[in-house]
Amino acid sequence: MKILVVDDFSTMRRIVKNLLRDLGFTNTLEADDGKTALPKLKAGGIDFLITDWNMPGMTGLDLLKAVRADPDLAKLPVLMVTAEAKREQIIMAAQAGVNGYIIKPFTAATLKEKIEKIFERIDG
Amino acid sequence: MTEIDRLSLAKNLLEALENGDEASANKFMDEIAGIRETQLYQEVGKLTRQLHDSMTSFALESKITAFAQNDIPDAKERLHYVISMTEQAANKTLNAVEDLYPVAFELNQQVQKLSANWDRFLIRQMPFQEFKDMSQEITEYFKVSVQSLENIQNGFNEILMAQSFQDITGQIIRRVITMVEELESGMLALIKLSGHGRSTDKNIGSSEPELPGPVVPGLDDSEGTVVASSQDDVDDLLSSLGF
Repeated sequence: MKILVVDDFSTMRRIVKNLLRDLGFTNTLEADDGKTALPKLKAGGIDFLITDWNMPGMTGLDLLKAVRADPDLAKLPVLMVTAEAKREQIIMAAQAGVNGYIIKPFTAATLKEKIEKIFERIDG
Repeated sequence: MTEIDRLSLAKNLLEALENGDEASANKFMDEIAGIRETQLYQEVGKLTRQLHDSMTSFALESKITAFAQNDIPDAKERLHYVISMTEQAANKTLNAVEDLYPVAFELNQQVQKLSANWDRFLIRQMPFQEFKDMSQEITEYFKVSVQSLENIQNGFNEILMAQSFQDITGQIIRRVITMVEELESGMLALIKLSGHGRSTDKNIGSSEPELPGPVVPGLDDSEGTVVASSQDDVDDLLSSLGF
């Protein structure tokens, strides 16, 4: 299981990576916005994408749309972890095909729960 | 049109009237009236310019007022929230360290004592009864250390999660910086206007950013705004959408 963590704040990437390690996911990659994430995704081998929304360059929503538009990546599970909490934004992300949505600040338990839920859906 | 010109016109008019030269008199009177009209137009022009400048400056000033009334208090609230978030993070981290330090200290003390005894056992300097006691102590130590190490791991997680303040506060500070830059350009336009009489800079005034970022309690979650204030809100919304 290889997970790509995309966030423009390096502290948040480190936090997410450490939490993932705690959950048993040791194989992680990082990118600081959609622009740098997309080539990594296209290179293949990534099984799960965790992304922030508000990032310079290319936002997480645009990244999500790009992933869903790419036939090779369309089925990739995407979990959004963001401070954006407006109702209309959550709906936008849902419409773009996000698999889970976590608002910052979040807890380790929330991250675990959402990741497990996404896997349950995929397996089931 | 100078004073002398006007004076000579008046003299010419007087002369024409005295000579009964009606045609010339009319001509000079028209010229004098023309002067009056030109002056009037110039005055009206000046007034129009002043009015225009005042209107522009008024529009600028009302934008600056809007900054003072809304944006600056808003930024202050946001910065206060940054203070409280950083304070919380610092306290969480310090609490975890203070709680865990004695745990680690205690483990260290116990293991040193056991290790010294164990060395004595290895060189066969330990009576049997003492060995039995030590075995009991080691069993006890294993139990305690499993619990203590678990506490330490949990503490690490708390310290880890406390660092998320950096991302949240960073986003808030970025937003305040944008507001300060907008205020700065507004002030500059105002200075330009008072210095040169006019300004063409219309790009003033702050607006709600496209991605508003972290919800600041008391500011962004006030009545009428639709924001999710907790993960439960998000979950409810998504499940209502069939997620």
